[in-house]
Amino acid sequence: MTDQRSQAEIVRQSLKRRYRKERRFRAYGIAAIAVALAALVILFADIIGKGYAGFMKTTLTLDVQLDGEMMYLDDATDERQLKMADFVEPLVQALIREIPSATESDRDAVRDLINPYASVTLRDALKANPEWLNTTRTMTFLAHTDVDVYVKHAGDEAYSIKLSEQQREWVDQLQEKDVVETSFNDVFFQNGDSRDPSKAGILGAVVGSLLTMFVTLILSFPIGVAAAIYLEEFAPQNKLTDFIEVNINNLAAVPSIIFGLLGLAVFINLFGMPRSVPVVGGLVLTLMTLPTIIISSRAAIKSVPPSIREAAEGIGASKMQVVLHHVLPLAMPGMLTGSIIGMAQALGETAPLLLIGMVAFIVDVPDGFFDSATVLPVQVFLWAGSPELAFIERASAAIMVLLTFLISMNALAIWMRKRLERRW
Amino acid sequence: MNTLNTTVTSEAEMPEENVVPVQEDKPAETVIEEGKTVGRPFADDAKFKLRNVEVFYGQDRAIKNISLDIARNEVIAFIGPSGCGKSTFLRCLNRMNDSIDICRVKGSLQLDDHDIYDPKRDVVELRARVGMVFQKPNPFPKSIYDNVAYGPRIHGLANRKSDLDEIVENSLRKAGLWDEVKDRLDATATGMSGGQQQRLCIARAIAVSPEVVLMDEPCSALDPIATAKVEELIAELSESYTIVIVTHSMQQAARVSHRTAYFHLGHLVEVNETNKVFTSPEHELTESYITGRFG
Repeated sequence: MTDQRSQAEIVRQSLKRRYRKERRFRAYGIAAIAVALAALVILFADIIGKGYAGFMKTTLTLDVQLDGEMMYLDDATDERQLKMADFVEPLVQALIREIPSATESDRDAVRDLINPYASVTLRDALKANPEWLNTTRTMTFLAHTDVDVYVKHAGDEAYSIKLSEQQREWVDQLQEKDVVETSFNDVFFQNGDSRDPSKAGILGAVVGSLLTMFVTLILSFPIGVAAAIYLEEFAPQNKLTDFIEVNINNLAAVPSIIFGLLGLAVFINLFGMPRSVPVVGGLVLTLMTLPTIIISSRAAIKSVPPSIREAAEGIGASKMQVVLHHVLPLAMPGMLTGSIIGMAQALGETAPLLLIGMVAFIVDVPDGFFDSATVLPVQVFLWAGSPELAFIERASAAIMVLLTFLISMNALAIWMRKRLERRW
Repeated sequence: MNTLNTTVTSEAEMPEENVVPVQEDKPAETVIEEGKTVGRPFADDAKFKLRNVEVFYGQDRAIKNISLDIARNEVIAFIGPSGCGKSTFLRCLNRMNDSIDICRVKGSLQLDDHDIYDPKRDVVELRARVGMVFQKPNPFPKSIYDNVAYGPRIHGLANRKSDLDEIVENSLRKAGLWDEVKDRLDATATGMSGGQQQRLCIARAIAVSPEVVLMDEPCSALDPIATAKVEELIAELSESYTIVIVTHSMQQAARVSHRTAYFHLGHLVEVNETNKVFTSPEHELTESYITGRFG
């Protein structure tokens, strides 16, 4: 009896130690998650803090007198005259009228508040509405990037304001009169890249990314799934298949820039495909994504219980029927999840695309698979390396758009897995 | 052995390693003569004619020179200690071992005088004639209806929906499951109880109207009530099908089978009328096994 009691005592004491260990272990886990979450919060806070301004634009709302004499224009329907006419002068005059302290001698300083592309906007408006000639119109134009930076970041040490003291005073006055305003930056979503930060947008990069991803998906999903099915279900177990398996695992670990070099050497130099186009980008990203898709698809196929296979074989289903009717439907959620994660990786990939020329400065929104394009992460890379500070917030804003795409893709993967699994 | 034998039985499930030291209990002179089976291994009206069958797993000889006839419309039970090769032998009968790469089968195995292992033989056709029910219930994760209809569909046995409905209903009736599931044929099969699932698997197997049904320990995962139902079902099915059943429960073998075959370490030791095997076994190994001295 005494022996038993002392044994119980020993167990009780060791219990305390065990529980302490357990608590400590749990604390480590919580600490690890806290660190990860903190890193995530800092990342998002930094990106959003820098980038939110990228979603704002600064505009000038002016009453423009479209005086034909001043613009050297007497027929707004004449192409040649439109090309020769002066569209800057009406804008400068309109702005001088808004600034009481500015005189004709300040016209250069005043002109520098207006975006260089504003005159193009005015010309296009007049071309579309020739009857506006010799009338006064209230129109909104983009402000100069320097004004944009001053309005958004006036007190910020990190930004150097390029406006003179006088110009700053004017902008302050104009802001009070609501001539200078900030609003949602629709330009950012409607334009391609531009040398002028105020005009630069991500539409070109988004379309380029979508085209590239489409090519990648169309090629890598069927090829990857077919390869996985063959390797898992049909291939004989021998040295050759072992060799293939090892190499697929190796490929998954190859740095992506190598795939870029391969694409450059094979698709562009050997096959003579054009540079900077989504098709080649998609091909390169297919090579990069394939190992991921094959490995995850094989894992999904392996996880199908053998009893289901046996059951189907026992009724007399052929190999093909076993695979198509039973293995594939059960493995599909896993395959789709793996593929979407592979696609998300490809969407965020920059290095291989640099090598096949998708890093070029492309202003136009691509309109096909063989049209020069760039993609979102490369656009971020380009803007982040730009000397002009106004591009920094564009880069952060583009990162936010990219992250939105990635998060929605991953959410889609989770939703699909849940959704498809429920059917079984 | 990871399955739980819940049938009412005197014999306990033994782990694999306890099978080998048979020597302790049996007289030293008991040697199994290879290829020699006592009792009545042959039948006049043979459905299966199996001669000098050997099965290798790589270098391992799992089945050693077995010859046996399985008669038309009989229920034959394979008994024996774990690892004795009875399941391996059963799976040769519809070539379920094909998918195991290292497995080789030698000897002559004939179903209705046609070689089962003829390279030209279509295994799909063979399995349509020789159905199989497995140890663990393994319904497809589909509806009850689709489970039963799957076989007839892939073999093209029903051209119209009404024909298919009829096959499904008949199979479920034969499996004694119709009354329990007729109102929820669209429910998923995985939501049924274990016993129902196993009967569904039997219904699925007989839906393609096979000539032979192989059952590999069909009741080892079931409770006594579900077991009783499956055994009843076997008795009914024996009127129209040839049934080969592997079982760990000697009571079950005694209840359902006409003949019993005792396997030992890859040898077929004794085959005889079931009541004879259990009342007056001819071989001493059989006697040791059924009296519970090892197993």
